[in-house]
Amino acid sequence: MDSALAVDRLQFAFTITFHYLFPQLTMGLALLIVWLKTQAIRRNDPQYDAAARFWAKIFGINFVLGVITGIPMEFQFGTNWARFSHYAGGVIGQTLAMEGVFAFFLESAFLGLFLYGEKRLSKWGHWAAAFMVFLGSWLSGYFIVATDAWMQHPVAYAPLGDGNVQVSSFWGLLLNPWAIWQYCHNMSGAVITGSFVMAALGAFYLLSRKHTEQAQIYVRTGVVAGVIFSILQLFPTGDTQGKMVARYQPATLAAMEALYDTTSGAPLHIIGQPDVENKTIDNPISLPKALSFLTYKRWNAEVKGLNAFPPDQLPTNIDLLYYSYRIMVGLGTIFIAIMVVSAFLLWRKKLFATRPALWVLMLAFPFPYIANTAGWITAEVGRQPWLVYGLLRTEHGTSTMVSSGNVWFTTLGFMGMYTVLALLFIFLVRREIEAGPQAANPGAAKPAVAAAG
Amino acid sequence: MLTLWFIIVALMLATYVILDGFDLGAGILHFCVARTDNERRAVLHSIGPVWDGNEVWLLAAGGTLYFAFPLLYASSFSGFYLPLIMVVWMLMGRAMGIEFRHHIRNEVWTQLFDFLFMISSALLAIFYGAALGNVIRGVPLDQNGLFFEPLWTNFRVGAQNGILDWYTVLAGLVAFFALALHGANWLAMKTDGEVRRRARHTAGFAWYAVVLLTILSLVATIWVRPGVLDNYRVYPVGYLIPVVVFASLLLMRWFHARERDCSAFLSGAVYLAFMLVGAAFALYPVLLPSSTNPANSLTIYNVGSSAYGMKVGLVWWILGILIAVGYFVFLFRFFRGRVHVEEGQEGY
Repeated sequence: MDSALAVDRLQFAFTITFHYLFPQLTMGLALLIVWLKTQAIRRNDPQYDAAARFWAKIFGINFVLGVITGIPMEFQFGTNWARFSHYAGGVIGQTLAMEGVFAFFLESAFLGLFLYGEKRLSKWGHWAAAFMVFLGSWLSGYFIVATDAWMQHPVAYAPLGDGNVQVSSFWGLLLNPWAIWQYCHNMSGAVITGSFVMAALGAFYLLSRKHTEQAQIYVRTGVVAGVIFSILQLFPTGDTQGKMVARYQPATLAAMEALYDTTSGAPLHIIGQPDVENKTIDNPISLPKALSFLTYKRWNAEVKGLNAFPPDQLPTNIDLLYYSYRIMVGLGTIFIAIMVVSAFLLWRKKLFATRPALWVLMLAFPFPYIANTAGWITAEVGRQPWLVYGLLRTEHGTSTMVSSGNVWFTTLGFMGMYTVLALLFIFLVRREIEAGPQAANPGAAKPAVAAAG
Repeated sequence: MLTLWFIIVALMLATYVILDGFDLGAGILHFCVARTDNERRAVLHSIGPVWDGNEVWLLAAGGTLYFAFPLLYASSFSGFYLPLIMVVWMLMGRAMGIEFRHHIRNEVWTQLFDFLFMISSALLAIFYGAALGNVIRGVPLDQNGLFFEPLWTNFRVGAQNGILDWYTVLAGLVAFFALALHGANWLAMKTDGEVRRRARHTAGFAWYAVVLLTILSLVATIWVRPGVLDNYRVYPVGYLIPVVVFASLLLMRWFHARERDCSAFLSGAVYLAFMLVGAAFALYPVLLPSSTNPANSLTIYNVGSSAYGMKVGLVWWILGILIAVGYFVFLFRFFRGRVHVEEGQEGY
């Protein structure tokens, strides 16, 4: 069974990581597109309508990829993690079913109207369709995060006679404090991806001296949203999320920092490779006492080390956890720097002519994807060895009846399929970028050339 | 409360079959009713705005099953491991076929995605039928309520079940032709010109196949699992179900002959609904029968969630479904009428 556990984990990690490349962009873009549509109406500027139309195409391709790669996720709970589903279905079945009933119906109903209904809808009607798509995708995000939050910090449950658990308070489950902060942190991360991608494409067009007017809208929108959400990502959402980990998952915090001994005034390592066997850090560069301060707001606060916990309750992959956390935080800091400088240049009206800044914006767009992925790795590897924190260990969650051979078969199948999907995606998005936005036609309001005869 | 959730899950699955059924059917007939690019686009246009929403009924029904009957979800999803993952792959392939086709106007490109759409729709219909066949025939559940079936063993209905045996293959064929007929009725209603003519023609002879297979499957079901008649003996009102099934088939023929496409389509929906109602009526209160030891069968009593979860679930479920039905009514009305595809038009 051990090997089946490893392949089950590999399959989930692979499919969820690939899947989340798409929703993080669509959730972010959904907000930015509503913003563009609002500007179009408020300023009565067809340039903004053209911008919304162009980004709707990119959104559409990503949305389809998100739907396609999302289908396997719900299935896997039952197929590969049957014991977990049996154990926790009475709790997380609620949030997953609500996602279907409240969010998926909403999204699917309005996406078609939004993508293909612009000509048949009024200005406000089309705005409303965009808003409903935004609402659906953000609701969907909430139900998924609430599901994960329950696995991170189980609340509002009661044991059943057969050893499984059952929801005991509906609102307690939905308003899990962990879920609220994780959601804010996660959605802010999605908007960062959306704004970096929008700014990057604008910068690309400006650098290649194409579609200048449209490109300026993209850069401006991307930088304004980027500076706001990069800061929100650190404070208060990231900061509070960190305190939640310190309070409810102290072993995870110790592993994220590779802190072995319980220390007063614990340092924060910026660089250094953990050596778990010898319980040291190679060539560390550290900020003294910073970890204690960031966690407890006191320079000499005591932070519990890994040695303070029983070995079977420590995260199983301390190295990966240590690095993914550092990648997330490090990149988050760099995002703030890039966006603050860009926003300053934008404010001084120099950004569109400052080619080095445009180069940086253009090349920066892959990094929010990496940071978001690293953040989720931190959350989920940090939760180990638990599937439901403190209640159900990961090795007790798999399907007993499914052999590792069958899981390998489907895992390899997913890998092949996703390779094809990735190639198709790049091919289609490249075409849209090549074709570029259609120029807004200022004369569109005037009647077209009168039909002869 | 348990019975109510049994009915809710059955209703959601029936809604899924009726709604996604017509776009699966359209996919099955894609090559047979539409030959030119414009005709193919007309087929895709007729389902384009709604197919994704139709498919959500499957995900919503799955989620509802998950929280109302967790052990059933765990047992059936891990037991039907391979066919379910293949269903996932086909759902993915189908979405690619529909959504990627229109990006490039190139014959090779569009034909590739047309084929993907057709083949995954056809295989999905067969798999769904086979899945229902497995549920009616029963699976080798152990005392923990778990099982695992390979894709096939010796194709006999016996102790060593595979997913596919002669009975479930028959069920797959019923689903294939029933959904093809449903799709033909849909296309007859939503398109015009050549596509409509061919769809009506197909509906004409698919009808005979469906009547024949329906009778065959009824006989086979009673032969494979005589227990299906128990509920009918206790509640004779159940015998109305097969009556409605055959009445709806006859009505469909009648409307078809009079070119009342919409009424024919609705009769088809009634046919599908009552085929499924008949199966659910026969199974109740069992959700997944054991083919080896009836004591191991999963029933609503041994897999249900707690009373609190079901009560609170009912509140939000009713609210959510009312809103969802509202979207669907709006969407189908917004895109009502026959689709017209012109050269150079955007979209599908």
